[in-house]
Amino acid sequence: MNQKSKTSEPEIAEKLLRAIRSYATQNFSFMEVCGTHTVAIFRSGIRSVLPKNLRIISGPGCPVCVTPMKEIDEAIYLVKNSNTILATFGDLMKVPGNECSLLEARARGAKVKIILSPMDAVQLAELEKGSKVVLFAVGFETTIPAIAVAIKEAFRRELKNFFVLSSLRLIPPAIESLLNSKKTAIDGFILPGHVSVIIGTKPYQFIAEKYNTPGVVTGFEPLDILQGLVLLLRQKTESRSKIEIQYQRAVSPEGNKKAVETMYEVFEVTDSQWRGIGTIPKSGLALKDKYSSMDARKFFDIPEMSAEEPAGCICGEILQGLKLPPQCKLFGKRCTPEDPVGPCMVSSEGSCAAFYKYGK
Amino acid sequence: MTNDKILLAHGAGGKLSAELIQKIFLPVFDNEILNGLEDSAVFECESGKLDFTTDSFVVKPLFFPGGDIGRLSICGTVNDLSVMGATPLYLSVSFIIEEGFSLNDLEKIAHSMKTTAKEAGISIVAGDTKVVERGAADNLYVTTAGVGKIADGINLSCSNAAPGQVVIINGYIGDHEMAVLLARGEFSLHSEIKSDCAPLNGLVEAILKTSGKVSCMRDPTRGGLATVLNEVAEASGVGIIVDEDLIPVRQEVKSICDLLGFDPLYLANEGKIVVFADENDADIIISAMKKHPLGKNTAIIGRVVEEPKCKVLLETRIKGHRVLGLLSGEQFPRIC
Repeated sequence: MNQKSKTSEPEIAEKLLRAIRSYATQNFSFMEVCGTHTVAIFRSGIRSVLPKNLRIISGPGCPVCVTPMKEIDEAIYLVKNSNTILATFGDLMKVPGNECSLLEARARGAKVKIILSPMDAVQLAELEKGSKVVLFAVGFETTIPAIAVAIKEAFRRELKNFFVLSSLRLIPPAIESLLNSKKTAIDGFILPGHVSVIIGTKPYQFIAEKYNTPGVVTGFEPLDILQGLVLLLRQKTESRSKIEIQYQRAVSPEGNKKAVETMYEVFEVTDSQWRGIGTIPKSGLALKDKYSSMDARKFFDIPEMSAEEPAGCICGEILQGLKLPPQCKLFGKRCTPEDPVGPCMVSSEGSCAAFYKYGK
Repeated sequence: MTNDKILLAHGAGGKLSAELIQKIFLPVFDNEILNGLEDSAVFECESGKLDFTTDSFVVKPLFFPGGDIGRLSICGTVNDLSVMGATPLYLSVSFIIEEGFSLNDLEKIAHSMKTTAKEAGISIVAGDTKVVERGAADNLYVTTAGVGKIADGINLSCSNAAPGQVVIINGYIGDHEMAVLLARGEFSLHSEIKSDCAPLNGLVEAILKTSGKVSCMRDPTRGGLATVLNEVAEASGVGIIVDEDLIPVRQEVKSICDLLGFDPLYLANEGKIVVFADENDADIIISAMKKHPLGKNTAIIGRVVEEPKCKVLLETRIKGHRVLGLLSGEQFPRIC
């Protein structure tokens, strides 16, 4: 805790809140599309200080939440049916598959290793030459370049026991799909700062140009989010629709060209299924031919998994901002973080878990 | 000893068992009651209230920055006695050891226990050792139990918190769990963070000597500060409001938490104490705590209120608020 943040943060927050109150003269619904934003908003108590006519809805920005159950089942199938170590990010451990979660599979003896960085999976493959290591690659643009680098490295090291179960998705096509569906009235977007560190702002221009809706690429500190809201409200007041950058200390309009190049050196764009939303054209990534020997879906004989989602769960509608978690009949009763039904209750960044944990 | 590994015979009650006791435990823990080698420890007891507790310790790795399973097992029990206002007197120690465990490590752990017991001013007066087959345990488990004496007039309980009281903590939270987590090496992160593992009886004594208006004390171990606050709010039927800005968290712990998606309020501590006391005595308690080596970074972090009953609210840095609930299961690192 440094002295500066101690004295000045509440004052700056108050200044920004005054601006928000003066601009928010009518009802507005803004959507954030990043799990980190969902959690930051709850953890900092931002909703508790915003005027009542300003609504913040959470969109499909939590990578765990939008992973269809059939892909979780594919991962579980792999660890149960072959001499395989699954390397996965921690949030996926508790997501229920049809039969069990990875956490339960591990308790029954399956080899599941939690990793922090995709390179950890490459190291693991190097160390465990006698086993097959499968990287369960889940994430958005923020994590994809690091995954691409890991794949290139495994290729360079000629690791024959390293595989990738790709469950990677792209944010801009999901936003376009929401805007097209017209089910949700969204007055503006709080866009994820981390994603734009990689892709810049260009891929979002359609939001402003084609759909006449403003967007602000925003950072993750409470003050960043408040300032992002001020910028959105100012655009609304001045009837402008632009993609602006609040998170200027990390984001440039061009993004990180090298990271994007690496991404598309390894992956190609494909249609992808989003949990509860359905198939969104050109919203996923598959390994390019050069790397197809590492594609777990091609190497292992994984049967076709059922695409059926659990009955009563409205994660899909929640992910599209159509409903709030407490509107789900299962919320807090049949579905809790201890015994979750849908992914939004599992992931630490899921809307349901955040609503449940931080008591809205 | 001829062998440098623990064998099943070390737990069989024969020659090797005797050798283990004679060569490691007796010389290290050395005190009159233990040296008698009776089946149980006999000691004098004054009239008044006694306090009794037990705790088991499993930690991976056994040695971590700032401590080891030995130090942990002494502090855990000493602290559980202390927060009830007791003066810890005697401890028992039981080991469950996996066959093949290093004798050298066992000796190191015993020495660490001795040093920590000395720091706390208590004696280890009873013990037991069992050895299980390889694979039936993970290296070493330790259980300690302890007896303490509570002076007349001291009545601390987690159901005693009431409006008009403040919440005080003796320093940085989250260091222990973060140090152990990083010592496992799973995250390939390196840091200078050390476990805060320490016996708190000296600090507690200083607090109780200073003020008679302490209502409740707790050590925020597993589940961290947020869990302890919830337990007290629930048991006392009160609300507790804590201020995010006042809760001491090291920048390093905070940064790693941000990276992993963890919340430091839920990380375990082994040398922290949360004190509930009348706000009128807050100043003298804080100055007494700050004079103690384990209380240099003492801070008031919140207050007890009438409403909302049985809930803990966190006032955030932007003056918003959120409910601090109980943790569901383990914290897992997130994706991005």
